[in-house]
Amino acid sequence: MNTANISIKDFVHTLEKPSKKWYFWVAVLSIISLFGIYALIRQMIEGQIITGMRDNAVWGIYTANFVFFMGLSYAGALISCTSQLLRIKWTKPLMRMAELLTVSSLIVGAPFILFCLGRLDRIHYLLFYGRIQSPITWDVIAISTDLVFCIAFLYFTHIRDFAKLRDYPNLNTANWRKKMYKILALGYKGTADQKKYLHQAHDIMAAIIIPTAIIAYSLLSLLFSMSLRPGWHSTIFSPYFVVTAGYSGVALLIVVMWIYRKTQKLEDHITNLHFNYLGFALILLTFIYAYFCFSEYLTDWYNQTETLHLLLSKFSDFSQFGWLSLFHIVFAFIVPVIVLGFPWLRSINSVTLVSLFIVLALWVKRYLIVVPTLETPFIPIQDIRPEYVNYSASWVEWALSVSGIAVIILIFTVASKIAPIIPVSEVSDAHNLEKPKLLFKTKGE
Amino acid sequence: MKKKEDKGNRRKFLKNTFTLGAAALATGSGAALAHKNESGGNGKTEKVKVLTTEGKVVEIDRHIDDCKIDPCAPPIGNAARQGIPGRSFVMVIDLARCKNARKCIEGCQKGHNLKPDQEWLKVYLMKDNPEGEPYWFPRQCFHCDNPPCVKVCPVGATFKRQDNIVLVDENRCIGCKFCVVACPYSVRIFNWDEPPESDIPHEEYSPEVSVPAQIGTVSKCDFCADRSREGKLPYCATSCPMGALYFGDRNEDAVSNGTDTLRFSQLIKERVGYRYREELGTKPNVYYLPPVERMFDYESGLDKLPEANQKVYDEIRFGKNGKNK
Repeated sequence: MNTANISIKDFVHTLEKPSKKWYFWVAVLSIISLFGIYALIRQMIEGQIITGMRDNAVWGIYTANFVFFMGLSYAGALISCTSQLLRIKWTKPLMRMAELLTVSSLIVGAPFILFCLGRLDRIHYLLFYGRIQSPITWDVIAISTDLVFCIAFLYFTHIRDFAKLRDYPNLNTANWRKKMYKILALGYKGTADQKKYLHQAHDIMAAIIIPTAIIAYSLLSLLFSMSLRPGWHSTIFSPYFVVTAGYSGVALLIVVMWIYRKTQKLEDHITNLHFNYLGFALILLTFIYAYFCFSEYLTDWYNQTETLHLLLSKFSDFSQFGWLSLFHIVFAFIVPVIVLGFPWLRSINSVTLVSLFIVLALWVKRYLIVVPTLETPFIPIQDIRPEYVNYSASWVEWALSVSGIAVIILIFTVASKIAPIIPVSEVSDAHNLEKPKLLFKTKGE
Repeated sequence: MKKKEDKGNRRKFLKNTFTLGAAALATGSGAALAHKNESGGNGKTEKVKVLTTEGKVVEIDRHIDDCKIDPCAPPIGNAARQGIPGRSFVMVIDLARCKNARKCIEGCQKGHNLKPDQEWLKVYLMKDNPEGEPYWFPRQCFHCDNPPCVKVCPVGATFKRQDNIVLVDENRCIGCKFCVVACPYSVRIFNWDEPPESDIPHEEYSPEVSVPAQIGTVSKCDFCADRSREGKLPYCATSCPMGALYFGDRNEDAVSNGTDTLRFSQLIKERVGYRYREELGTKPNVYYLPPVERMFDYESGLDKLPEANQKVYDEIRFGKNGKNK
């Protein structure tokens, strides 16, 4: 890793005049996103009858997506903030990717809970008539706080790069972009005071975001565990959700790293080392996640109440959720352990592929948390309408889900046109990082 | 000014509460001999004749403070959140009498302008253990004293009133469906579609009437709060041909199915009344009388159903793999 010699010069070409290919890519993503908006408008006009949700399974993949995207955001926040606080050098090139992942998945994830609302036109009632006793209100407060903090942190880590771009001679971009850099750099000149204050701001935001993200994600789990439903009403849910979030987020970060490494030729900056270290984190998280999953299902399974028995039997029934459970078990536990466990199977590509499947498996897991429990109420469903007994998502829900992914990619595409995806200033400073803050000092220091 | 008036009424109500008989209830139950004493006018000494649980006809004060206008108009907006003072509505369902005639569902749907596939009241076939005989189990909202649905509502669209009734204000509901998820009894339904045109006269939406329903909101059994205000029995109780559903007031210690008016406490004691899933701690206000000494074979409830509908109950009747067939 060539930290000292990194310069904004190496990245200017990624920021200057976008190519036709870039515009095409943005157009494709925009069309997918707009189709999602079309689906949402149809849903608002015609009502939720056009979704696959019905009484019993009143929540579906919207809620699964909500939990999933919020989870992705969590790992980014945790990685960038802890490495900021602990002055970890090797994560520096990844920090912007991690933060962008946090902000983009928060921006996309949060609206998914709103798509569940039957009356989006009354959304302001959440403020007018908000009841603090409701877990939804907790979520609204926690997620909006988290979002504000994460955007602030993302911006703070951009300021020095904006200043560099402002001062870059002959930057081949439109004038409005130069003006934008000037405004966004906030007059940062790199004086000792400015450096100190900016650094303090980083530290403070990082220290705030870590607990905020944990709280936000724990509260998310309470949407489920606060209900008396078998399969949800569990004390383990909050830490379980936090771990699942970290697991899926680290996995996706590896995928994002791989994509940028290929498309922007960043082999010098995103090295073997990063895939190695994050691979370690991944295998550790696999075991922690497996531990939580095992604890949860073992307790449920050992002494099954009648409803729990019905619920658990659906996971092994291949006409119900059998295939999905199998997919989850194979790609969240077995494949990662095998691929990461045997030295001759490890490589940048294999770790990335495993990560991609982990992300998918953890989406499936969220689906398996939301839907089967809703289909297994205390009084077993006796209904002749098949759609009321078994949930299956409609095109509207799929369209919105796919457009959610498109929006995340779009945010990444645009953001990496505005500033280099590698935080140049951070990385070039990495060799003379400030000493970590100490809780206490001994006499010699 | 208004507040003072309210306080005055409240005091009056406190005085009157203790003089209550089965009055307001019995007047509406159809079987009662009650009629208004015209000479009362709008004075406070209005009398009604009622049939007591012992079978005697007595004349007692009509409870006047629960409604100011006659016919009592259901309150609009926040006024509907208070409930009828001094009342504590309960329901008792005699499982020995239910044969899945489904008239209660029809009555409820007609009264609340529901679509044929929207059931505030469902009749389940239950079987408590493999050896037990299945029985029909009508289940509507239990109007819990510790309602999980009310706790989770983010906007206070669903609320618990002092007369035990849990209502939904569809003008307030944002349709998040958290209450549907939170209810352990699957009581709540969602208006997925545009509700049908209503031929029920209504001036302004009241949560007590629940008509007209609104798309994208949650609805559920309202214990026919508007009818209770007028002293009438809920639609389900009046439509049940078996008289399986008793509705009444715990404060008056009386429940009626339209033909019989019984003492609530005595009924629960003698017939060993129970509440469904007591262990959940929701404290329901609907009591069940166990299906002992049944008047009908449970299979008679299947006869009128189309074959496709009968299949729904196969798992209960014959076990999961048809073992008991």
